Amino acid sequence: MHPALQGLLTILIGVGGCVGYFYFSNQLIDKVLFPPRGPNAGRNINRANMVRPWLFLLPALLALGLYLAYPVLETLRLSLTERIPGGGSKWVGLDNYRQMVNEPKFWEAMRNNMMWLLVVPALSTAFGLLAAQLTDRISWGNIAKSLIFMPMAISFVGAAVIWKLIYDTRPVDQEQIGVLNAIYLALGGDQPMTWLTIPFWNNFFLMAVLVWIQTGFAMVILSAALRGIPEETIEAAIVDGANPFQIFFKIKVPQIAGTIVVVWTTITIVVLKVFDIVFAMTNGQWQTQVLANYMFDKLFRANDWGVGSAAAMVIMLLVTPILVWNVWNARKEMR
Amino acid sequence: MADLKLRNVGKSYGEVEVLKDINLDISTGELIVFVGPSGCGKSTLLRMVAGLERISAGELEIDGMVVNDVPPSQRGIAMVFQSYALYPHMTVRDNMAFALKIAKMPKDEIDAAIARAARILQLEDYLDRLPKALSGGQRQRVAIGRSIVRDPKVYLFDEPLSNLDAALRVATRIEIAQLKESMPQSTMIYVTHDQVEAMTLASRIVVLANKGIAQVGTPLELYERPENEFVAQFIGSPAMNLLDGRIVETGAQTTIELATGNKAVSDIATDAAQIGRPVRVGVRPEDMHRDAGTPVFTGQVNFTELLGEVTQLYFDPQDGAQPVIAKLPGIVHGLRGQTVTLSADPSKVHLFADGQSLRA
Repeated sequence: MHPALQGLLTILIGVGGCVGYFYFSNQLIDKVLFPPRGPNAGRNINRANMVRPWLFLLPALLALGLYLAYPVLETLRLSLTERIPGGGSKWVGLDNYRQMVNEPKFWEAMRNNMMWLLVVPALSTAFGLLAAQLTDRISWGNIAKSLIFMPMAISFVGAAVIWKLIYDTRPVDQEQIGVLNAIYLALGGDQPMTWLTIPFWNNFFLMAVLVWIQTGFAMVILSAALRGIPEETIEAAIVDGANPFQIFFKIKVPQIAGTIVVVWTTITIVVLKVFDIVFAMTNGQWQTQVLANYMFDKLFRANDWGVGSAAAMVIMLLVTPILVWNVWNARKEMR
Repeated sequence: MADLKLRNVGKSYGEVEVLKDINLDISTGELIVFVGPSGCGKSTLLRMVAGLERISAGELEIDGMVVNDVPPSQRGIAMVFQSYALYPHMTVRDNMAFALKIAKMPKDEIDAAIARAARILQLEDYLDRLPKALSGGQRQRVAIGRSIVRDPKVYLFDEPLSNLDAALRVATRIEIAQLKESMPQSTMIYVTHDQVEAMTLASRIVVLANKGIAQVGTPLELYERPENEFVAQFIGSPAMNLLDGRIVETGAQTTIELATGNKAVSDIATDAAQIGRPVRVGVRPEDMHRDAGTPVFTGQVNFTELLGEVTQLYFDPQDGAQPVIAKLPGIVHGLRGQTVTLSADPSKVHLFADGQSLRA
């Protein structure tokens, strides 16, 4: 069959299946299980209405259970077992975790992740807020916003490739195609640097990629929040004599504090899971390892599913509290 | 504390002119109310005084100084906004202190100013609350308090009562009137579309219409001696009746033959040259009586409204015009469908030619 037809068929079956599920399951309740007639009509209507929400929730619950809850539990199980060469596995308790915390590479990943955690959300939110405020009232603001938002549409790997070219290094006698080296040499640097191999600082060169991507996200959300501030409070501040900086920091920012926290924590979660950029640019070499890449290394390169799963559990433990806080804040914002 | 002068002030947004040639002198201690229909530019004019809108033409003087290019905070004004515009993240105390902190006033003076304003406005128990924990009336008082602490030369109110419910509006209106009495030296400009607010609060009312000022005067001047048909119909509820007619007799009193066949008499003096001039006779519903006075209108009652304190009679509209309305005191039964003749005292009969009053 032609692939396009196949695609069309998939869509039809998928959408038709959904519509069919909701239609027939509701029919089942209303016509067969709890018909609203006969001596128990009132009771049946109440029961049907109690069951109905679960009908709508069921597909999502099943999908989440299959693709979220089961993998978490299975990962937890795997992190407590060890693979036996030739097949099978055995229970080893916390051995995998013990092995992991004794590896310097794990602690390097932890340290780097913490640095990412401090730098990327802060810079992305700050740049996003700045861009949102500066583009608010100018005629070409929307064009500027589109340009700043555009990196959001690029995959992390694509972004990594772009930035790898920026940091590119050619031998001394050749022309430099890396923008950073070109600038460095033009400003009087004596020889091209291999930026991504300079320990410690190379972490920040990687972070720049994620900041570049996430600034657009922060800007869009914060720009909407800034527009939502009642104009009269700003006019009142003008009458009260506040200068533009005071208006921004004392009137506008506090009023969108909740949104700033949501943006910050959302980016924090992205940062904790960061993998693609490091994988594509340095693969954790030169002391740039991060947790997700460490997990990938263990799981798929070393084939050590035990330690890999243990690393995955650590990431989950770090993400969960921030996720809960984020959802809590977002719900508070909506109220 | 401050005199305000507007000299040929105008406002345009690009090609669109919304206000032109506004001339107005406001002296210290006055409470000036801007009224007018929606879109007449009354809020725009207030915002121009505040400095939130640029003045496109003319000059604005406060205390003898042209302030067209002076930023709002240095004009010595304070403004109360329609939506109160309280800073939602600050307590009542911080809301009131904000302007003073910006002005780097010493802390003890700030505290004293807030304590004074809180006492005047009975906000002492709410100083540490956030605006969202206050009722509408309390928020309104905080907004006023935020103005009071700055001790401004001119207070500006932009429809401050329109977000309150009816009962609270009456109570707050009286509070504002009392506040004004307690600060006799303060100058206030108050924008509203509610003529009851205008009539009760104003020392002078400025009626704005058609990009300009229709009339300036005390509330009773506007009511008793409207200079034009617009003011005549805008002030008073229900609006003044206007009947077409022609002048037939002149002298110390003028007699007009109405299109309805009645003859109306007004105490406005006219000369013989005016005979035959088409005019419109204006009589307020409450000035029409069912007695043996000078008759002014005869018609069949189409509909009645018994409001208890008054009975309103609606007459058949004359050739497509608005229905004539009369307001009789007390409860009057059984007039629907009847033909009724109403009289009016000649001193209460207004004459308009080309929209302008003939009263000198």
